[in-house]
Amino acid sequence: MDAKELIARRIARELPDGGLVNLGIGLPTLVSQYLPPGLDISFQTENGLIGVEPLPEEGAEDEYLSDAGGRFIGAVPGAASFDSCFSFALIRGGHLDVTVLGGLQVDEQGQLANWMIPGRMIPGMGGAMDLVTGARRVIVAMTHTARGEPKILRRCTLPLTSVRRVDLVVTDLAVLAPTARGLELRERAPGVSVEAIVAASAARLILPADIPEMRLAG
Amino acid sequence: MHKMIALEDAAALIPDGASLLIGGFMGIGSPHRLIGELVRQGRRNLTVIANDTARPGVGIGRLIDARAVARLVASHIGTNPVTQQQVIAGELAAELCPQGTLAERIRAAGSGLGGVLTPTGLGTLVAAGKRTLDIDGTTWLLDLPIAADFALIAAHRADYRCNLDYAMTARNFNPMMAMAGRTVIAEAAEIVPVGVIPPDAVATPGALVDHLLRRDAGHGR
Repeated sequence: MDAKELIARRIARELPDGGLVNLGIGLPTLVSQYLPPGLDISFQTENGLIGVEPLPEEGAEDEYLSDAGGRFIGAVPGAASFDSCFSFALIRGGHLDVTVLGGLQVDEQGQLANWMIPGRMIPGMGGAMDLVTGARRVIVAMTHTARGEPKILRRCTLPLTSVRRVDLVVTDLAVLAPTARGLELRERAPGVSVEAIVAASAARLILPADIPEMRLAG
Repeated sequence: MHKMIALEDAAALIPDGASLLIGGFMGIGSPHRLIGELVRQGRRNLTVIANDTARPGVGIGRLIDARAVARLVASHIGTNPVTQQQVIAGELAAELCPQGTLAERIRAAGSGLGGVLTPTGLGTLVAAGKRTLDIDGTTWLLDLPIAADFALIAAHRADYRCNLDYAMTARNFNPMMAMAGRTVIAEAAEIVPVGVIPPDAVATPGALVDHLLRRDAGHGR
């Protein structure tokens, strides 16, 4: 199992039955592949749809129906489409139960940076700032390090996406819960030691007495 | 009514230096015929307000490829390396705006409102230089309306009175933009008799549309 699949399988266990969920483009999109059976979850895409499903079959592309990354998708029976103002009213207005987003950095305050690297990469925030500000629960899905450099830091060095404290960070090494006291190490990836997680993090981690291995969906 | 207009004539209404609200999300729901004709006519120095610039060769990305755009307001340019190169090289002035804020700023402009109070962006780079308001103990960021000389709209269907409907995620920014352009030019995949779009399904009333592109050769069957 590669790092992305592990992260997606762990996050799949976080989605609530009956919930309205937005998955960011890239790694977060994988989460929908590993949902525990029997869950009824509505997936929103910020370009204007509740009821996202993968394109049922190659060749079935609808030129008017894509995800936020511009990839063709399907729509489940009972889907609903709407304009961008309505879509962000859902997001900002507290109607979205969970958003899962990628990240470049998360710090001890639980703040996320994921939209630009000054001078080098300026993709823009798209819907990320609204999602992090407005979703009831924000889950960050990212690798623990990038090219050997920690992404879990004392303080983000990249521009913040929001000053809001995110709710959960799931990496290929660990599950971290940002709290008012700091970043708490909640779970370890299978076969990964607490020491290895601490060594791969530049933030101070709160270490409870019991730090179990992750359980994975699917 | 006489709102039908030929593609060349519609693009010719738009001068160099004009500001344009352009519908679409990653090219889905963008007015592709108008974009192509602006490129063909060699328009320059445009200000474009849009969610994104799609990809090179696609949708608004074609205006970027042609170096027709001098100023851009968008939420996301990460899928278009040419846009990013032009911004980093200083050839294109870009303002990045959170997507929900961008949608509401356009809506405000078309709705006679003076601004948008949002929590999005507070305490981040996008709040730099903007006013905040404290209302009953909560702090809000004030974002100002964005109107433009023209709105270029892509609809699914238009009827003979220029009532428009939209399909699936091709709707996106089009309805708000149709309210916020001083001149509104629409193109539709189909033109249908009045009544085919029931009143309850009209998303943009024809009264807002100034010009509707004629069917052209090769358009439709």
